[in-house]
Amino acid sequence: MKTFATYNIKGGVGKTATAVNLGYLAARDGYRVLLWDLDPQAATSFLFRIRPRVKGGGKALIRGTRSIDDAIKATDFDGLDLLPADFTYRNLDLLLGAAKQPVRRLGSLLAPMSAEYDVVFLDCPPGISLLSESVLQAADTLLVPLIPTTLSVRTLDQLTEFVSGLDGSRPSILAFFSMIDRRKRLHREILEELPAQRDDVAAAAIPALSLIEQMSVQRAPVTAFAPRSAAARRYEELWREAGKRSELPPPPC
Amino acid sequence: MRTVLRQFVLSRGAGADPDEILRLPGSAFAVSDGNRPATLRRLWLDTFDWRLYRSGLTLEQVGTRGVTQLVLSGRDGAVIAAEQVGPRAAHGHPAARENGQARPGASPHPGPGGRLTWPARLDALPFGPLRDHLGPVVGVRALLPVARAVSAVGDRRVLNSDDKTIARLTVDRMSVTYPAAGDAAPRLTVTALRGYQSQAQRMIDLLAAVPGIADGGSQPALETALAAAGRRPGDYSSKIDVRLAPQMPAAAALAAVLTALFDTLEANVPGTVRDLDPEFLHDLRIAVRRTRSALKLAGDALPGDLARRFRAEFKWLGDLTTPTRDLDVYLLGYPDLAGRLLAASADDLAPFRDHLERSRAAEQRKLARGLRSARFTRLAAGWRDALAAVPAGRSRPAVARLAAARIARAHRRVIRDGSAIGPTSPPESLHELRKRCKELRYLLEFFASLYDPAQHWQAVRELKALQDCLGEFQDTQVQQDEIRAFAAQMLEERAAPAATLLAMGEIAAGLAARQREARTEFAGRFRDFASPASQTRIRALTRAAA
Repeated sequence: MKTFATYNIKGGVGKTATAVNLGYLAARDGYRVLLWDLDPQAATSFLFRIRPRVKGGGKALIRGTRSIDDAIKATDFDGLDLLPADFTYRNLDLLLGAAKQPVRRLGSLLAPMSAEYDVVFLDCPPGISLLSESVLQAADTLLVPLIPTTLSVRTLDQLTEFVSGLDGSRPSILAFFSMIDRRKRLHREILEELPAQRDDVAAAAIPALSLIEQMSVQRAPVTAFAPRSAAARRYEELWREAGKRSELPPPPC
Repeated sequence: MRTVLRQFVLSRGAGADPDEILRLPGSAFAVSDGNRPATLRRLWLDTFDWRLYRSGLTLEQVGTRGVTQLVLSGRDGAVIAAEQVGPRAAHGHPAARENGQARPGASPHPGPGGRLTWPARLDALPFGPLRDHLGPVVGVRALLPVARAVSAVGDRRVLNSDDKTIARLTVDRMSVTYPAAGDAAPRLTVTALRGYQSQAQRMIDLLAAVPGIADGGSQPALETALAAAGRRPGDYSSKIDVRLAPQMPAAAALAAVLTALFDTLEANVPGTVRDLDPEFLHDLRIAVRRTRSALKLAGDALPGDLARRFRAEFKWLGDLTTPTRDLDVYLLGYPDLAGRLLAASADDLAPFRDHLERSRAAEQRKLARGLRSARFTRLAAGWRDALAAVPAGRSRPAVARLAAARIARAHRRVIRDGSAIGPTSPPESLHELRKRCKELRYLLEFFASLYDPAQHWQAVRELKALQDCLGEFQDTQVQQDEIRAFAAQMLEERAAPAATLLAMGEIAAGLAARQREARTEFAGRFRDFASPASQTRIRALTRAAA
């Protein structure tokens, strides 16, 4: 089981769109995929028309009184299941803090899922917190959407430094440009310069396209409702690169 | 993940249009319009003796939208293994393909044009989990088409008030084309999506109350297809399945047993002629041997000179099958023989294997000619007519009395001949004893339905242990004789390099060692069989029925 986390300290950078589209593409390729909407804003759950509610809330999940298994819902897409968000996830930091070995907690909750799923996506809320640390421990690969601005690049540096200082297992980082607006000079410059300077920045990049925003109207991944669109093709490229970099094995028969 | 919650049968005569029924008017659920039904070409496969079905497995070749898959599933419909067998489509993560990582199921030989043709032996299947699962169950048997159907499968989604899919409705309209043409009533399968079982259950309760929709049980599609074609799965077994009543006239009972044996014999003729797998010939031969034993041991109970008239013909049939079967035994045991070599290598034996295969091909042609001959046709027709003419009315003796007397006599002979065998007795004496044991075994099988199953099983088990030992002794003797003959023949044909002859010599030595081992075991096995307790059991078995 490979675990990808879409993560950034900043909000509104395209984490949810990435998790939803890459999750859909993985399932389409034949992997058994679980997507965990960890963000109490519940955008991922909304996109799949699944009510953001987990019986017993985050507390029951973190304490283990309710198994993850019971809370999982199938999406409308074959092979893609969702562990929905719950408003109590806003307290996940506190709940983790009360747990034993809090930074390993998400990983240990997910470990039993490896018999059922090949790929897990964790769609994380923004911020840097105990939950983030637990995500970093559980993930094999961090997918970091990056708006091509100076501040975003600085945030990537902070994250890289933070990850390298972690004890135990460290995820690999794959940053990629997101919400690119080629009309902006700064975007174009950073797009040209940064990949040449850093090997943790993907060649694939996601432009700011209105079709991606349409996802919240269609309530489906753009890769599903407009698979031949430019937006879907960019996500395909990103998925291919993420799979290759993370050495994802072929799906089961 | 989806769970099949319920299957329904849609009544065609109920007057309601299934498309309308499925709209669930007035409910809180919305049902999406059906997509254009996909055409599913379905072919179910099993061995001639239904090994998959009997093991709770279903193997189906499904073709839809240009993709053909072999799917192995369990009794609950859950897929155990699947393998694409048509022209191979791209599969998996593109990166995995680019990295050159082959799927574990990737096949070295999907067959010409990527298609499998049936019947096929297991070695025609691609390597992978599917073949691994099938291997232990199917063994050497060929997989044959048991049913073929074309389904028009339409899918609808059931949506809740959030427009979220909670279940899928699949309507399968199946037309069976083999083994006979027939239409199955349309089947509706309700599959709940994970996490929505309780909502789906509410929708099922609504469906169940709709006129024209009846509970469809959990009949697998294979059984539906076969039922539409007027067949049932598991309808062949090489075992004698005749229900006899103790007071039945012996002649009629014997005729029933012999008819069942001939049914088995004839059922195996096409597979033997087409050389589909070695078990067809094996079952055919056993049916012949059983018939010959029945004629020898109880033929006098049949009217007139019926037994005498047919004994020579069944001997001809038995002899016709011997050479091919002997070579089959060699070829089936070949990997084991080659694996036991210590001094020689398996490659040294290759010319021997070629010789065996050439000889077998020649013998198989003779066998097929014999089974297609006018002589065999005459035997079959004459035998059936003669058995049908055996009167069913009351006549003496009753079958239970005849069975008790003949089993007792055969048993006495085994005890007598076996007790006379000592450490210095010639091999022929063990060979003769093996024949006596077979006779007793066949009698126990012919009349099995007269006896208490548990007692019968116990008696056969003790006899079988003795037979296994005698079989090993005799088979290794025959194989030693044969390998010497093969060596002489190969030398004559200049087809035997020195290394091959040496390897064959090593095999002969191995066979001799196994034969000695069987001989050592014999005394103990016979002692168990001839124990007072075992003898009492056999007597009690037949006495109770008589």
